[in-house]
Amino acid sequence: MSGAYPRRVVITGIGVTAPGGVGVKSFWNTLSGGHTATRRITFFDPSPFRSQVAAEVDFDAELLGLSAQEIRRMDRAAQFAVVTARDAVADSGLEFTALDPHRTGVTIGSAVGATMGLDQEYRTVSDSGRLDLVDHTYAVPHLYNHLVPSSFAAEVAWAVGAEGPATVVSTGCTSGLDAVGYAADLIREGSADVMVAGATDAPISPITVACFDAIKATTPRNDDPEHASRPFDGTRNGFVLGEGAAVFVLEELGSARRRGAHVYAEIAGYATRSNAFHMTGLRPDGREMAEAIRVALDEARLDPEAVDYVNAHGSGTKQNDRHETAAFKRSLGEHAYAVPVSSIKSMVGHSLGAIGAIEIAASTLAMEHGVVPPTANLHTPDPECDLDYVPVTAREWPTDAVLSVGSGFGGFQSAMVLARPDRRNA
Amino acid sequence: MSATGVRAAVTGLGVVAPNGLGTETYWTATRKGISGIGRITRFVPDQYPAQLAGEIDGFDAAEHLPGRLLPQTDRMTQLALVAADWAFQDAAVRPEDLPGFEMGVITASSSGGFAFGQRELQALWSKGSRYVSAYQSFAWFYAVNSGQISIRNGMRGPSGVVVSDQAGGLDAIAQARRQLRKGTRLVMAGAVDASICPWGWVAQMASNRLSVGRDPERAYLPFDDAAAGHVPGEGGALLVMEDLEQARARGARIYGEVAGYGATLDPRPGSGRPPGLRKAVELALADAGASPGDIDVVFADAAALPDLDRIETETITAVFGARAVPVTAPKTMTGRLYSGAAPLDLAAAFLAMRDEVIPPSVGVTPSPGHDLDLVVDRERPAPVRSALVLARGHGGFNSAAVVRAV
Repeated sequence: MSGAYPRRVVITGIGVTAPGGVGVKSFWNTLSGGHTATRRITFFDPSPFRSQVAAEVDFDAELLGLSAQEIRRMDRAAQFAVVTARDAVADSGLEFTALDPHRTGVTIGSAVGATMGLDQEYRTVSDSGRLDLVDHTYAVPHLYNHLVPSSFAAEVAWAVGAEGPATVVSTGCTSGLDAVGYAADLIREGSADVMVAGATDAPISPITVACFDAIKATTPRNDDPEHASRPFDGTRNGFVLGEGAAVFVLEELGSARRRGAHVYAEIAGYATRSNAFHMTGLRPDGREMAEAIRVALDEARLDPEAVDYVNAHGSGTKQNDRHETAAFKRSLGEHAYAVPVSSIKSMVGHSLGAIGAIEIAASTLAMEHGVVPPTANLHTPDPECDLDYVPVTAREWPTDAVLSVGSGFGGFQSAMVLARPDRRNA
Repeated sequence: MSATGVRAAVTGLGVVAPNGLGTETYWTATRKGISGIGRITRFVPDQYPAQLAGEIDGFDAAEHLPGRLLPQTDRMTQLALVAADWAFQDAAVRPEDLPGFEMGVITASSSGGFAFGQRELQALWSKGSRYVSAYQSFAWFYAVNSGQISIRNGMRGPSGVVVSDQAGGLDAIAQARRQLRKGTRLVMAGAVDASICPWGWVAQMASNRLSVGRDPERAYLPFDDAAAGHVPGEGGALLVMEDLEQARARGARIYGEVAGYGATLDPRPGSGRPPGLRKAVELALADAGASPGDIDVVFADAAALPDLDRIETETITAVFGARAVPVTAPKTMTGRLYSGAAPLDLAAAFLAMRDEVIPPSVGVTPSPGHDLDLVVDRERPAPVRSALVLARGHGGFNSAAVVRAV
């Protein structure tokens, strides 16, 4: 890591809760099969809304081991985080009870926190919006945990027995990348040895759907929910809201090797930049995302040509996909035309802060399987999006290094390079 | 932590506090023990058990910000944008003079633009989804202050947002120092929080930590036998942080440096394991290369709940000895400002260094059960070279920072 931090950070455990099926295996089946998990919203009657489709997770918290008390006090996003963190810990094979709890930390990304819980509790205390002075006698005891979503990090830490640095990272739609990047830095600088890091969001609530309706960010393609998420396609007209979580166990490379852990990938480089332009708008040139990519590659000591696969943000809005395509060309040069680029949001939707972590999982699994997931629903070319987006069908493709990027409200642009630890550096 | 030679200097302060808008106004009031706590005026609090808050009076966003920003921002963002402007002015930095990629913004948040959120939730549920504002998607979320500050000031470098309840303000400062170490030239860091609206109030009351006292002078009494919860407030501080060498090279006035930081989370409730505050303090001291004897004052978290006060006293006496270091809680004059509280305490610590004086805690009669040298009611003249700032959040978050003169 360019000399400043000699410690290298690797992923040794993965947990995923995503639309299409809970668990890493069903997640990979969805992606590698090119299956879409988008559908007409079932959580509430979506008919008053402009956009009526979403990628929902079929999630049974009780079946997945949460107690009645945990289910009561936790927002759905917190439940995702806890279940997914437990899966990651189990997958890592690391004996957490044998760790120094103060050297084990938690970083959870979330863009919108407990929005489902807040929406629901607001209706109760306000008598469906009738009261300005909402009624505290109807408030549930855990309402404070919805107000301040750092409760998510505390819940995960309690579930895994961590007592080191814990926080929620909340940078909108780059939260997942930024949370994992933040956690990796804590290991690199020596503040922690093991981090449980990832991101969660469960935003499919009336308020979230309404606020994206208001700016026409989500698709109105309500007549064809299965094919509504169309990144890079000429007919794309907005993203499809999703939900879910991905959580990882991160360790220092040397100690992971000493215990004989399965090392999925190294977090070889990470950077975030801001466009300082607009809270929701993007300048078409992609300059700030390109800078984040350049710095992340530099940190990984990799040339652009070493990138075997680009896991795109690919939200399916007109402006995002054009912006991102420009950023790839600006940062990767000619290699942008040669490297496969795809967006899994075409299949699992856009789960706001969670998706960055879910995309790290997808990137890592692409390396693991030597298969690049496709961009589903990509049939109509867009002259402004002229890269190889791996349309419709997954591709067998040996992959040693992946670039995963995110872009979001607030102007945040983040990039992460995941690579095999034994790759050859430039 | 000192893997690189970069030291994190603080060169500018922007303060928005209930007892003073602007750094010097706040500091003058704080030295004199003037409190900003009073009965809530933002809404009629009669029906609620808790009725006191630290509200910022006399803030008219239109005096400070362009009109187009007003409809798209919550009050806490307006306060934050102004605090950032003031911090830049105080640092004598014009952001337009620096390359955008060399400046970042890292803030903490607790609840985002919650008053904005209440208005839009009400529009949704009383009128319908078409009445939800086009600004809702970004006016209430936790990242809004970092985003808006970066846009207003052309800051394109590494930015971020952390949420760790009241401890988050220190976590943001630590993340800013991390980015300075990685080579960013300047980071605006800290937090400004506000959720004094009925919906935010009801959510805060659910924590069972709010004082239901009616007398502003007797409502928030940490380390007092009468401690029975805190008074919430709004505001906070933003700090301009720079690489010390570069700050010196440009001839900047330097308040001091962020020398040490440590963070822990308390164990799961019922685990029987000890709380983590002491460990956080030890980590911060070690990170600063400081021994307890180097610390001239402790800015306490001051929860004003018997159990949490006891843990804080035990931590301070275990690390420093009984009554071995002056302890103060100027937040007794502002209320607890959520993630804004710790950055405001950092600002107070730097001003205490500058003026060689420890600001008081007000209204508190220290309980004999707390073996602390609590600075009460009157400021105490004392040379301050190093200070320890403590911040704890709901859920067991513990953060500690050591700041010192350079």
